[in-house]
Amino acid sequence: MDWFYVKGILILSGINLMAVLGLSLLTGFTGLFSFGHAGFMAIGAYAAAFIGVNLGLPLIVSLLAGGLVAGIISLFIGRLTLKLKGDYFCIATLGFGEAIRLVLDNVQVFGGARGWPGIPIRIDLWNVVLINLAGIAFMISLVNSRHGRNMIAIREEELAAKTIGIDTFKYKMISLFTSAVYAGIAGGLVGYYTGFLQPKMFGMTKSTELTIIVIFGGIGSVSGSVLGALLLTALPELLRAFALWRLVAYGVAVIFIMISRPEGLMGGKEITFKGILRAIGFGHKHSKAREV
Amino acid sequence: MDILAISDLTKTFGGLTAVENVSFRVQEGSISGLIGPNGAGKTTIFNLITGIYKVTRGEITFGGHSIHDLEPHAIANMGITRTFQNIRLFKRLSVYSNILTACHGNASYSVVDSVLKSRRFRTEEKRLREDAVSLMEILGLAEWQNHIAHSLPYGLQRRLEIARALAVKPKLLLLDEPAAGMNPDETQQLMHHICRIRDEFSCTVFVIEHRMDLIMGICENIVVLNFGKKLTEGPPEEIQSDPQVIEAYLGKEARISA
Repeated sequence: MDWFYVKGILILSGINLMAVLGLSLLTGFTGLFSFGHAGFMAIGAYAAAFIGVNLGLPLIVSLLAGGLVAGIISLFIGRLTLKLKGDYFCIATLGFGEAIRLVLDNVQVFGGARGWPGIPIRIDLWNVVLINLAGIAFMISLVNSRHGRNMIAIREEELAAKTIGIDTFKYKMISLFTSAVYAGIAGGLVGYYTGFLQPKMFGMTKSTELTIIVIFGGIGSVSGSVLGALLLTALPELLRAFALWRLVAYGVAVIFIMISRPEGLMGGKEITFKGILRAIGFGHKHSKAREV
Repeated sequence: MDILAISDLTKTFGGLTAVENVSFRVQEGSISGLIGPNGAGKTTIFNLITGIYKVTRGEITFGGHSIHDLEPHAIANMGITRTFQNIRLFKRLSVYSNILTACHGNASYSVVDSVLKSRRFRTEEKRLREDAVSLMEILGLAEWQNHIAHSLPYGLQRRLEIARALAVKPKLLLLDEPAAGMNPDETQQLMHHICRIRDEFSCTVFVIEHRMDLIMGICENIVVLNFGKKLTEGPPEEIQSDPQVIEAYLGKEARISA
């Protein structure tokens, strides 16, 4: 395997990781399932490419702008759908994701279904890694603050969360907004990495893949999401030997892992420095890995 | 002074009237009880006070402010919180996290503060953690702090739910059948805890309970409901000897204790 190929897989993992981190906040920590996150990626991708190409802004500004556009649209969606309970919200997001794809298929400004070629390629491994590290640091700070705890409370027992004074609607909105910004940035990365955007890239399959990674990594665990994104992006590549049967093997592998470990890879636990030290025999015996 | 005033409260679900024209007051600093046979509408009244159900007709005022149009979290932030008949803990979180989460109202740092680890974040977060630890100590949960909530023995789960409610620093604490499923010893302990909570946290306690030993033992005023209507109210001695109540509800109990 040459380095160019490995680097490509790592960059794709990084892009997936960005979207998965966001979805992890929404699904893993707040308990809201979304099957339309690829829609936010699409919005971020087209917005970031449009802003970068037409206004000539630097990469990081374009990416953030793309994320912000996705975030703002998520606020409208949230306003309309977050009052819905559980499964209904999930179905609403599914409809939203498909709607975005179909709109982009038909908007000729961005090339419609043919796609939008010729976006300058500005992504390399180092900037994907930096962006992901920033994303991970932000997410860890958020979930370990009172804001993150309030979101976890909503996931655990929404009614009780309300009666201890948590504005559940507001926190669901914050959670949805943040996760849409992450998805938007991930979308921006796609455009600037492949140099080509097509609505088809952001269909149901993509949304489902993101949700699978979050659950696979373990609900309510940032390190689980990181591991999940790295493993499940690389897995289809490792399975290339199966040729046509590749995606079947992928499905079987995921099912097998979920049966043997239904709580996901990390099962709500986190990998911490203290935990690592303890595992290799250093550190204090009372420093337990944090439980979420 | 009355902390809670309920006047002409009515709640209907479709054609069913669960609560009809109920009026009563709860005195500040008191321990008051709400009793009645199953299906009398006791929990419905709690759900109306805490904003989980919307009031059909009537008024609920808390400390002089009308609260029946507010969202549950706004009512909680005004100082009313509760426990549930079927315990609703954050099941998969530790005892400590359950209480720490509920302390959130005593901090005001923003998302930006938590990401930048600002001074405000650090001092407020430290205070929240201290608050949570002291609450665990007061309610005797300290040795259980790292246990996952749903793995606790039943009595402790109830106690944790009360601790979590107290973390909100309530002025009015609503307890929905706190002694359900407890043995006489645990009930005695609970009565002791409830009295201590009222004194140490200077809050008013309003309790639904079927256990007459508890109700008669600690309540200063008792409201009796039957079929969604208020039957009577008064101090325990009066309630115990009220023929209406005996007929509706206490009949058996009174004969046994006589």
